Amino acid sequence: MKRRILQSLAVAFLLSTLAAAQNLASFEKNTTVKKLPNGLTVVIHERPEAPVFSFFTHVDAGSTQDPLAKTGLAHMFEHMAFKGTDKIGTKDYAKEKLTLEKVEKLYAAYIVERDKRIDRDDKKVAELEKAWKDAVKEADQYVVNNQFGLIVESQGGEGMNAFTNYDETAYHYAFPSNRLELWAYLESERFLHPVMRQFYDERNVVIEERRMRTDSNPIGRLVEQFTTAAFQASQYHRPTIGWISDLNTFSATDAENFFHEYYIPSNMVVAVVGDVKASEAMPVIEKYFGRIPSAPKPDERITDEPPQNSERRVALQQLAQPLYIEGYHRPDYLSKDDAVYDAITDLMSNGRTSRLYRALVRDKQIASIAAGFTGMPGIKYPHLFAFYAVPLPGHTTQEMAEAIHAEIERLKTEDITDQELEMIKTRAKADLIRGLADNTGLAQQLAIYQARYDNWRELFGSVDRIEKVTKADIRRVANQTFVPANRTVGVIETEKPKAAAATQGGAQ
Amino acid sequence: MKRALLLTSLFTILTIALSAQVPSLPDPEWQQIVKHMPQLPAFHPPEPKRIALPNGMIIFLQEDHELPLIDGIARIRGGSRDEPANKAGLVEIYSEVWRTGGTKAQTGDQLDDFLEIRAAKVETGPGADSTTVGWSCLKENFNDVFNIFLDLLQHPEFRPDKLDIAQKGLFDAISRRNDDPGAITQREAVKLAYGKDNPYARVPEYATVAAITRQDLIQWHDTYVHPNNIILGIVGDFDSAVLEAKLRQAFGSWAKGPKLPQPNIQFTPAKSAYYLVTKEDVNQSNIRLLGLGTTKRDPDYYAIEVFNEAFGGGFSSRLFRDLRTTKGLAYSVGGGIGTRFDHPGILQLGIGTKSQTTVEAIQGLYEEMDDLKTHPLTDEEINRAKDSILNSFVFNFDTPEKVLRERMGYEFYGYPLDFLERYRTGVEKVQSADVARVAAKYMHKDQMPVLVVGNPAEFDKPLSSLGPVINVDISVPPPPGEKAER
Repeated sequence: MKRRILQSLAVAFLLSTLAAAQNLASFEKNTTVKKLPNGLTVVIHERPEAPVFSFFTHVDAGSTQDPLAKTGLAHMFEHMAFKGTDKIGTKDYAKEKLTLEKVEKLYAAYIVERDKRIDRDDKKVAELEKAWKDAVKEADQYVVNNQFGLIVESQGGEGMNAFTNYDETAYHYAFPSNRLELWAYLESERFLHPVMRQFYDERNVVIEERRMRTDSNPIGRLVEQFTTAAFQASQYHRPTIGWISDLNTFSATDAENFFHEYYIPSNMVVAVVGDVKASEAMPVIEKYFGRIPSAPKPDERITDEPPQNSERRVALQQLAQPLYIEGYHRPDYLSKDDAVYDAITDLMSNGRTSRLYRALVRDKQIASIAAGFTGMPGIKYPHLFAFYAVPLPGHTTQEMAEAIHAEIERLKTEDITDQELEMIKTRAKADLIRGLADNTGLAQQLAIYQARYDNWRELFGSVDRIEKVTKADIRRVANQTFVPANRTVGVIETEKPKAAAATQGGAQ
Repeated sequence: MKRALLLTSLFTILTIALSAQVPSLPDPEWQQIVKHMPQLPAFHPPEPKRIALPNGMIIFLQEDHELPLIDGIARIRGGSRDEPANKAGLVEIYSEVWRTGGTKAQTGDQLDDFLEIRAAKVETGPGADSTTVGWSCLKENFNDVFNIFLDLLQHPEFRPDKLDIAQKGLFDAISRRNDDPGAITQREAVKLAYGKDNPYARVPEYATVAAITRQDLIQWHDTYVHPNNIILGIVGDFDSAVLEAKLRQAFGSWAKGPKLPQPNIQFTPAKSAYYLVTKEDVNQSNIRLLGLGTTKRDPDYYAIEVFNEAFGGGFSSRLFRDLRTTKGLAYSVGGGIGTRFDHPGILQLGIGTKSQTTVEAIQGLYEEMDDLKTHPLTDEEINRAKDSILNSFVFNFDTPEKVLRERMGYEFYGYPLDFLERYRTGVEKVQSADVARVAAKYMHKDQMPVLVVGNPAEFDKPLSSLGPVINVDISVPPPPGEKAER
């Protein structure tokens, strides 16, 4: 009896492997990849379901690359990439260029005086500030506001946006398929001739973004403090949005320098998915993106986080309900155990069969949400595997910690069941298939896998790697990773509102 | 030497030629590309097959053979706007326990085990005017998963242990509802726009959630889940003829239920004033100017869409340009005249700005409204907005699933099934006079209540410098039998 079950499992295993391989074969037929002479990689996937296409431009530089005392700069440049070029967004670029140079000179003079530690002359600071701001006004008269975004929108662009995280910066939208050449022109121009116009107003926009996401949001505040505590040497200890004093200091010149160093073809992958023919689209893309001058790949090394040797703890007293998070250091995404961490995430967190849901939400009834996840705050460098739980009213963060640790202990000491292992593998395959029917999501996946592995096929390879995970792998990795000395804990503790208290001040 | 001279004179000629042409410079590069752009190929998205069963159930079948998946969703009339006020939260609880509480034959946990190992989902969800039950599965598991869907639809059990978990979860959400200023803003804005007792605006409280019983869930299901209240849509890798036969078999003998009464809902916006929610732990104010919008049946709907795009929509809108790009006052700014299918949407203009520019930002929004009178939206702005809507129109139906969702929506609200096509025509016809009429009709700053969620101790000026201020108490009423925390 037992033997028959094993046999049928083996057959099922074989069938599903074949199916995945078949998927890759048919997918491969519609996918073309080309590294241009300047080093930029293009991935095109033909999916002629409707006359539209999506693209995803991946730049392998994120906030980890922010220079010292210029945190937030990678993200700031992302904002600037919507400000147009020397031909778009200007009434007269020759004159605008001169005034922008003047702005930078005056800003540098202002900052020097503003930040003098000894003998600062406040009157002079005010004068220099005024001179700089007057120059900004002078430069602004040549600006055509938001013309870049306006062209994209009025030409039917959909979902135009971008993001910056610790590892990368990305730009994306979708267009009707007849606008492929227009897109190739706009997207390449943006990374050929970006202009740092309206930089200091945009910097204020970014500061408002920081206020919204971090300063005025209890979870945002916790995550910033928690990540900062978990990493002390690694550049992952700096928030992507940037610290306020850096935001108030860095210049358009800094952003331009960052651009020149990191926005180079060998650091960029452009993926296009939709109603395009590679034979027609590739020459167009090459014509425009091939113009970006090649440059040597910048140094990607960051400081290694030394092994942590005792637990760290961040406790925030907040006018908010309690929350618990803990993280353990793990190696980067190229680790041979990467898929094991993915399997643990799925087992612990995916849906109502997940171990943390069943233990904390269903059985103990102490939390409303409980889950674990990997990739905090990035994946490119050694990072954290984190667990969090939201305590129900009347329950403490200490109870969350204990219940999570009990589940971690099970991972270390007991094999997971056959059924659980099968579930993890089946879901990985199904999730891959579900992701194939969406131009935008697929363009993102292809670009990221191409950038991270220099091979988009690893999108399918990631499922194969999960397929190979064993029960022993899960116990081994859990025992290696989830140990108290390797742990950082973050909690929100509820502070009672003080009727007459002055402001606590959102900013940390 | 000679050569250099020739070059120089050539250069002179060129320069002269160029300067003579200044009034008509060649089009910028991007415009030249647009000029030579190929036509977008004609595209007729696959239309779902509509089937009306004799018992009143409407079914849409949308074949899509790209991937071996079959997904479906049933939308059932009746939602949180229809729940009794003293049981606010009923539909949220119902929609959770409907699934977690399992069926007569299987517990919810058994369903979880069965489905998850197949990477399949069957999920239920709440809405203001409807609830949903849907599934997503690999084609090979369709029969099993469909049977679970059917069983949940017709034989739910609402086991009490899961009701208990759902209530605790909602208590938790209530306890946390004042943690995030964004969530506070959204919630309080609806109350000001619709009236605090309006069924779309009210929120669950400890007492109303505690009052919900298993019998309430059973009764809700018995009242609303009848074939004539259901629209079912299925998309994926199937043969419509075969599936239609299966569905007729599955639902044919299900008896029709009584017709539901039309809800009678009042919309009474708050009077014009400054409504302040004090939040001491923030350094940014969330501001909303509020009023009542209209429905998509309104003949002005198309002009409103164009107005919204030009005034408060994307990158090209005035609010974005003036308050974000040039003044740097906000990351998040925008708004417009809201429209809904069967009830008025919310008119709102919103901005998030640092505490120290709160009053300045409100005045900035006022100036934008005033400016509409002195500088009406230009033809250029209007054409750009229309282009933006019309050139991206294909994204309304670029996947079979989107087409299905559109059709189901029109069916649910009794709109013509070709409403999307009418929308295109409607937008094409919009003239600047239409947009000006809409602006004049809705943009009245004196009538709009203003919501501010922020830390008044750090405002640039007191809100009272603008007008009467009403402090909004958002403290959560304690559970019955417990004292307030303060």
